[in-house]
Amino acid sequence: MFELLGIAPQALFGQLLVGLINGAFYAMLSLGLAVIFGMLNVINFTHGAQYMLGAFAAWLMLTVLNIPFWIGLVLAPLVVGLFGVVLERLLLKRLYHLDHLYGFLMTFGLALVIEGVFQWKWGSSGQPYPNPIPGGTNLGFMFLPTYRAFVVVAALVICLATWFAIERTRLGGYLRAATENPTLVRAFGINVPRLITLTYGLGVGLAALAGVLAAPIYQVSPLMGQNLVLVVFAVVVIGGMGSILGSIVTGFGLGLIEGLTKVFYPQASSTVIFVIMAIVLLIKPAGLFGRTR
Amino acid sequence: MADALLTIAGLQAWYGESHILHGVDFEVGRGELVTLLGRNGAGKTTTLRSIMGIVGRRSGSIRFDGAEIVARTSDAVARAGIAYCPEERGIFSSLSVEENLLLPPVVRPGGMSVGEIFELFPNLKERRRSQGTKLSGGEQQMLAIGRILRTGATLLLLDEPTEGLAPVIVQRIGEAIRALKSRGFTILLVEQNFHFAATVADRHYVVEDGRVVDMVRGSDVQANLGKLQTYLGL
Ligand SMILES: Nc1ncnc2c1ncn2[C@@H]1O[C@H](COP(=O)(O)OP(=O)(O)OP(=O)(O)O)[C@@H](O)[C@H]1O
Ligand SMILES: [Mg+2]
Repeated sequence: MFELLGIAPQALFGQLLVGLINGAFYAMLSLGLAVIFGMLNVINFTHGAQYMLGAFAAWLMLTVLNIPFWIGLVLAPLVVGLFGVVLERLLLKRLYHLDHLYGFLMTFGLALVIEGVFQWKWGSSGQPYPNPIPGGTNLGFMFLPTYRAFVVVAALVICLATWFAIERTRLGGYLRAATENPTLVRAFGINVPRLITLTYGLGVGLAALAGVLAAPIYQVSPLMGQNLVLVVFAVVVIGGMGSILGSIVTGFGLGLIEGLTKVFYPQASSTVIFVIMAIVLLIKPAGLFGRTR
Repeated sequence: MADALLTIAGLQAWYGESHILHGVDFEVGRGELVTLLGRNGAGKTTTLRSIMGIVGRRSGSIRFDGAEIVARTSDAVARAGIAYCPEERGIFSSLSVEENLLLPPVVRPGGMSVGEIFELFPNLKERRRSQGTKLSGGEQQMLAIGRILRTGATLLLLDEPTEGLAPVIVQRIGEAIRALKSRGFTILLVEQNFHFAATVADRHYVVEDGRVVDMVRGSDVQANLGKLQTYLGL
């Protein structure tokens, strides 16, 4: 069958795996964006920079402090999440009552500043991060590097855990309710401003976690989040702003579609997601899983 | 009043530049059921929202259980023991009936159990897995009242709980409100439906243009019927 299509199975499955890995990152990042947007009504354009911060934090921990990957995987998102909490308390919370434009300008400007500082200190070239689980398995039709398999599974677990926390727990209930009517939720005795801060910290921590996972696959560089985040915004638009499940499904799905495009029509692989975005916007402006509010 | 749970004096409130309440004075005794009556736009909802700390700018005095709460944020007001059932009901569509019911956190002991709430409103039990906003208007009203009974709040602020409901449902809501009063809740009820209010309340305050202009005891309603009807434009 593969011969029929004129495509080697190695190439097909190799690209599918690349697509799955990319999809894993799209899903984790768009999930954080969706949660933040739902609660803060701010499109967090700093998300790519925060993803980069996660990778850099883990890399610095490893190279400067000798902290191994597995500890960095926990520590770096905590540190970057805390940085998110400070950003929210210090800057973002002043913008909620203003037009969307101000949130955009603030988070976009912050991304430029953060990425600029790292570029100035470390240059644009990437820093390698050693693979924490070298080796792999020959599946016959393809070679599966163990760390990449781990990333796909870890991303799935992270996404499902986030979904569970939001859809099935008490805190998640507060979050969903506060997304609908923060005034009333506060009048029930819940400290909504603190909930908002926590949400932003969690979303940013999620971006940083994705960054740490990405470090051994891609190189650690100041601009690593910039290209990725553009695609992620397209994913969020396609999935539907603020939809949790939509972000996960769309993230993985679009990664796979992108991978397949690389096999069958490589010229379109960098644009296919944006073409899909345009089509979805025409047919279903609220996104595939979005609800019009 | 000897044992007032809520005492409001000189309460003023603003929405942006519009001055809505111009000095509201009234009080509610412990265990009492008091209504605020008045025409559309008189300021009844704004009074409840001011007590709850939702209205942006307010001044004057709101004493609850001996403490001054006029400057508190709304979450602090709720934790002091006041629960609010808004006019628009505020049922969350992304939450199931049960999740809506369990949403408000318990702020002090002594609230009703979920079982007792289901006993009061059996419809909610049957439909507890449904999406909150899939309920009928009457059921949504029951849910909006039911969910503030668990928290241990002693004062309930109910804003037009009978608005837009069929007479049978209004009767059910009335029975529930009387049951809550006999259970010891203090209730401040906003009503347009004067006939309904007359059947449940101990006292009535009349609100007009952001002020309380009159007070009528439940026992004196018949004698003051003409006056009340003029106030309410009936
Ligand atoms: N968010 C708001 N911004 C500006 N003005 C408002 C706002 N909400 C209410 N008002 C005005 O405040 C006044 C009092 O409104 P309020 O809702 O308290 O009246 P009400 O007595 O509850 O009336 P109803 O019986 O119709 O519910 C009205 O003139 C109304 O137009
Ligand atoms: Mg009203």
